[in-house]
Amino acid sequence: MEKPFRRRDLLGIRDLTAAEIVGILDTAENFSEISTREVKKVPALRGKTVINLFFEASTRTRTSFELAAKRLSADAVNISVSSSSVSKGETLLDTAMNLDAMAPDCIVVRHSSAGVPHQLAKVSKAAIVNAGDGANEHPTQALLDAMTIREHKKHINGLEVAIVGDILHSRVARSNIHLLTKMGAKVRVAGPKPLVPVDFAHLVENGLEVCPHVEDAITGADVVMILRIQRERQDSAFFPTLREYSIHYGLTNERLELARKDAIVLHPGPMNRGIEISSDVADSSRSLILDQVKYGVAVRMAVLYLATGGTPTNS
Amino acid sequence: MKLLIKNGHLIDPSQGQNSGKNVLIEDGKVAAWLGINDPTPDDAEVFDASGLIVAPGFIDMHVHLREPGQEHKETIASGCAAALAGGWTSVCPMPNTNPINDNAAITRYMIEQAERAALANVFPIGAITKSSDGAELAEMGEMKSAGAVAVSDDGRPVPNAGIMRRAMQYAKDFDLPVIDHCEDKSLSSGGVMHEGRISLLLGLKGMPALAEDIDAVRDIILAKDTGAHIHIAHVSTKCALETIRRAKNEGINVTCEVTPHHFTLTDKVVAGLEMPKPAREQGRDTHDDSYALAYARASAYDTNTKMAPPLRSEEHLAAILEGIKDGTIDAIATDHAPHHADEKSLEYDRAPFGITGLETALGLALNELVHKGIIDLVRLVELCSTNPARIFKLAGRGTLSPGSVADVTIIDPNLEWSYSNADSRSKSKNSPFDGWKFNGAAVATIVGGKIAFRR
Repeated sequence: MEKPFRRRDLLGIRDLTAAEIVGILDTAENFSEISTREVKKVPALRGKTVINLFFEASTRTRTSFELAAKRLSADAVNISVSSSSVSKGETLLDTAMNLDAMAPDCIVVRHSSAGVPHQLAKVSKAAIVNAGDGANEHPTQALLDAMTIREHKKHINGLEVAIVGDILHSRVARSNIHLLTKMGAKVRVAGPKPLVPVDFAHLVENGLEVCPHVEDAITGADVVMILRIQRERQDSAFFPTLREYSIHYGLTNERLELARKDAIVLHPGPMNRGIEISSDVADSSRSLILDQVKYGVAVRMAVLYLATGGTPTNS
Repeated sequence: MKLLIKNGHLIDPSQGQNSGKNVLIEDGKVAAWLGINDPTPDDAEVFDASGLIVAPGFIDMHVHLREPGQEHKETIASGCAAALAGGWTSVCPMPNTNPINDNAAITRYMIEQAERAALANVFPIGAITKSSDGAELAEMGEMKSAGAVAVSDDGRPVPNAGIMRRAMQYAKDFDLPVIDHCEDKSLSSGGVMHEGRISLLLGLKGMPALAEDIDAVRDIILAKDTGAHIHIAHVSTKCALETIRRAKNEGINVTCEVTPHHFTLTDKVVAGLEMPKPAREQGRDTHDDSYALAYARASAYDTNTKMAPPLRSEEHLAAILEGIKDGTIDAIATDHAPHHADEKSLEYDRAPFGITGLETALGLALNELVHKGIIDLVRLVELCSTNPARIFKLAGRGTLSPGSVADVTIIDPNLEWSYSNADSRSKSKNSPFDGWKFNGAAVATIVGGKIAFRR
């Protein structure tokens, strides 16, 4: 079998083959058991250093990466933008090269600008793992979503997945579209037109459909993935009000009825209850939002393990 | 002081000339054309142009020389040195200096700095509005008296149609062309690349083609109304080009230019795709199974692919090539926009727009247009010399007819060479064409009868 995930960097799902994705998910499945033990630690990455370099606020993703590193016995250091030298006028690349000079094995980076992980990967000797870059990709989120889907549906190939909300600005949507279509699922996206440009239909070769209405996307779906509405974008007037959004695009029990009766609901969090998802849906048994968080640690353990422990590509 | 350019193939479209001629230069002017076999005047220095093209000096209608104010990016001297190396005998700097070239004192300063450097000719472009802030008209008449050849607010196009109309009416009084960088910022603001499939793929904010289209349509309607000469800078969209073509057919006084990067590259290079770079590894070796994919990944988000207007998609590039071929496009101009490495090392969102272009323009025009059979060398000379001189009404330039200024570009259309940012004469190194191989280059650039550059 093809050795999975041979790339050291994880910049995006776009660059991975289906076999590599399966490789990461299988590794994650093996690791998921560790988090259920009394002593949640294995020595896999002992002596390795992981830097979590977060230029954008994050609680869950950063904690998830940190726990993943620590459960594999790596030394993890967190750097957040408020305490970094970027605010002192140092360029992004200077910061990266200074960190790189301290010889970490892996730098996990989150940034509000698309492409920052790619720019760092060009100059860094450490493996770069993308923890979310602007509106580009959030590969570990798509991987943990896939793991959640696989646990409940046993397979991804052939599933119908609806992704609803602000597709335009969503790195979660992009990574999921790449992952799910590579794995053979049919993806339908929908939301307010200013947030779902028609050009999206051409994002990938096949398996993606842009639907005119949320109902069209949800009807018959096996998985309904709801995206977070970023309240700060309200100023840009992509849609009139949150109230109107919740009425016309929010996932309510009534809309969820259109999906298959065994459909599951995913949300990358943090949720705006009552806006993109109603509380009764969020708290129902079909909602797997806490499973996603749980699998997030396992997926990130797998990614860190493969990124730092894999055969170096330039050896 | 006499110089005889001997045995060259003289192309001078203004005179319908396209055959072997010796060109005699005396005291900075073209003295006479002689037959190839005519005797060499005794006291003349000889430049052997055997196998070379001899053309009226190339004029770059659109550059940024950054002086005064941003000398860490470029100076008039360094920009002119880069111009000469690229075969340009004259450059026309845009007014977005610091302070803005919106008055005669700055215009005069730029010309004096060029005289001190004594390299290429500099014909400044003045601002349309004071500080280019789109509100009050700048002193166009005074700037023209000081040597300005046109007016433009370039990267900060006048958003208000009423002010633009008045500017065009007023510029007509002084016979100054009005140059517009067509971009309706209400549609493009915040954007960093062409809006389309690639911008969605990369998660970068797009600048739709229609932001350029709408402004071009507005300008042409205003040109029709005012009778002023509108020159559309760096046209990059299919619709803008079609609009210009229709306007020309209607007899409206409109001209336009195109940049080498817009006739060479598409937005795919922002994703690192289809960059026909020679085998030159960039950064570290990233992967072993799919070189193309890994290479694309490593090259994605290169800030040297960020400029305004942005690199467009294939359909726009095809339309540009058609416009170059059918004569709709009047000129090739570089939009040479030097930026310091520190500025270009920022996030793609935050890096400044623009790339250098003076030294690669001729190589790209020969590679992409002449050698691919889209145009011939006569048309190339029209695009780079005859037409720019006509549009800016530069008397005695854009031609080598006897009596004209002896600005000459001598080209070896087949010389193999490669461009390297490290060797660039510009102070800035922000070209996406680093490492590119070219067939053809300027081998000598003569300004006012003096050989100012020799390869």
